[in-house]
Amino acid sequence: MSGLRGAFSRVLEIVALPAVILIVWWFASANSESFYSPPLSEIAAAFAPTWFEGRLVSDVLPSVGRMLLGFAIAVGLGVGLGVLIGMFRYVREVLEPVLEFLRAVPPPVLIPVIMLFAGIGDEMKVSVIVLGSIWPVLLNTIEGVRGIDEVLRETATVFRMHPRRRLFKLVLRGASPQIMVGARQTLSLAIILMVVSEMFAASNGLGFTVIQFQRTFHIPEMWTGILVLGVIGAALSLIFSLVEGRVLRWYHGLRNLER
Amino acid sequence: MVSRASEPREVAVEGGSSSALLEVRHVRKTYTDRNRSIEAIGDLDFTVGRGEFVSVVGPSGAGKTTLLRCIAGLLPVTSGEIRLAGQVVTAPPKDLAVVFQEYGRSLFPWMTVRENVDLPLREKRLGADERHELVEDAIRAVGLGHAGDAYPWQLSGGMQQRVAIARAVAYRPAVLLMDEPFAAVDAQTRAELEDLVRSLWAQFGMTIIFVTHDIDESVYLSERVLVLSRSPTRIIDEVAIDLPSERDQLQTRSEARFAELRARVYARIQEAKSADPIASPTTGTPSTS
Repeated sequence: MSGLRGAFSRVLEIVALPAVILIVWWFASANSESFYSPPLSEIAAAFAPTWFEGRLVSDVLPSVGRMLLGFAIAVGLGVGLGVLIGMFRYVREVLEPVLEFLRAVPPPVLIPVIMLFAGIGDEMKVSVIVLGSIWPVLLNTIEGVRGIDEVLRETATVFRMHPRRRLFKLVLRGASPQIMVGARQTLSLAIILMVVSEMFAASNGLGFTVIQFQRTFHIPEMWTGILVLGVIGAALSLIFSLVEGRVLRWYHGLRNLER
Repeated sequence: MVSRASEPREVAVEGGSSSALLEVRHVRKTYTDRNRSIEAIGDLDFTVGRGEFVSVVGPSGAGKTTLLRCIAGLLPVTSGEIRLAGQVVTAPPKDLAVVFQEYGRSLFPWMTVRENVDLPLREKRLGADERHELVEDAIRAVGLGHAGDAYPWQLSGGMQQRVAIARAVAYRPAVLLMDEPFAAVDAQTRAELEDLVRSLWAQFGMTIIFVTHDIDESVYLSERVLVLSRSPTRIIDEVAIDLPSERDQLQTRSEARFAELRARVYARIQEAKSADPIASPTTGTPSTS
């Protein structure tokens, strides 16, 4: 039964601190008179009516859908371009100044420009998410590809590895730890940009809703929105960790040995 | 099919002995770095016959590794040419395998031992069954029959080098290049691996070029030892090893003839070390005593 106890204690580890924080918050805010930080009991009461009467489908789903699409495109483009740039030194040297420039511009500043090209619909929002969140995964992929061991590359060369096999079995696998680091940061940025993209000229969405609540002074509802964002972020992070754990099992094994 | 068998067979003669598998003809290799040019290899000229086991020894920095990398097609030569089975080497040739010194870095950490050994075979047109057999044979031949599903980083250094050797052997290369493969391994393991290489050579008959800085190892393992000078590298001696083909770590190494051959190689290397490294083209001619 140690397996069950092990699983139980792991769940306890994860849940313990959040539970403590919620309990402390509940009692600390119980008699709060402040308009902007109402008692947790009020927030909890507002939770169900706010979200479970249709908003999950009309707002949360489209937002998360756009975010996931943007994330997928960002990772796909980021890894694809990153591999190309990482493999060819000349390409990297030519592109570097332009990349550094583009990366330095904060996405919110770019939104009006993107709106000119992509309108105000879903395309604009997804574009904002992609253009803003692609940088970590792109730059980390470049570094990951460049950092592949010299001896390993020579081994592949000596055994005349076919270019396609070389790409999948040497380059992508070899760069995967670094790519994962970048993808994780890209995920965080995608969530933030999901909200940001809905701050201008939006009509639905999770971010839009939270900001509407703030602007119309529905404060407990606004807090519930913030909690929903946090829960979604944490859930996505957990899923990402599970995927990473499988893909990088060899890497974690190797690192554990080194410790 | 009948007409083919009755066609007259022509024996191709490629400007040299038809049994010479590897021809290194007046190879020179210079590295240019801004204003300086370093002559890593001055003039190397030798041949290796099919199925021969040749060692290459020399002082540190003698360009041994550079030579191996030129033969493997990883580095272009500055002048001269290298021919493998009559074809000039410009890129990694077919049927050539390399065992690097840094065994840890030459094995793919995301693949098991079996997958590592199998990988080069995928470049050859073989059926899955044939590949599987080659892989299993090679893994067993190096004594790792039980470790097929392990990852390289789970194995000791000596075992990792065995995997690299298994990978090279499974490939059934015509030429096997070994670049100081046992330099980073402890003495006990080195002795085992030396005997392993000899037994694999006896079993599979590939041509082996074995680079080492260990004089004893070069005499123990090979049929012929090429002694290189310091940079700019030239061959200063070719020593034929007339020891019996059955070699044993204790027996062979205590024979008188072993000591003589070893002494000769050692003496040449000492001469090479004390020679002026910036020699004029007329000095440093190979002695064939």
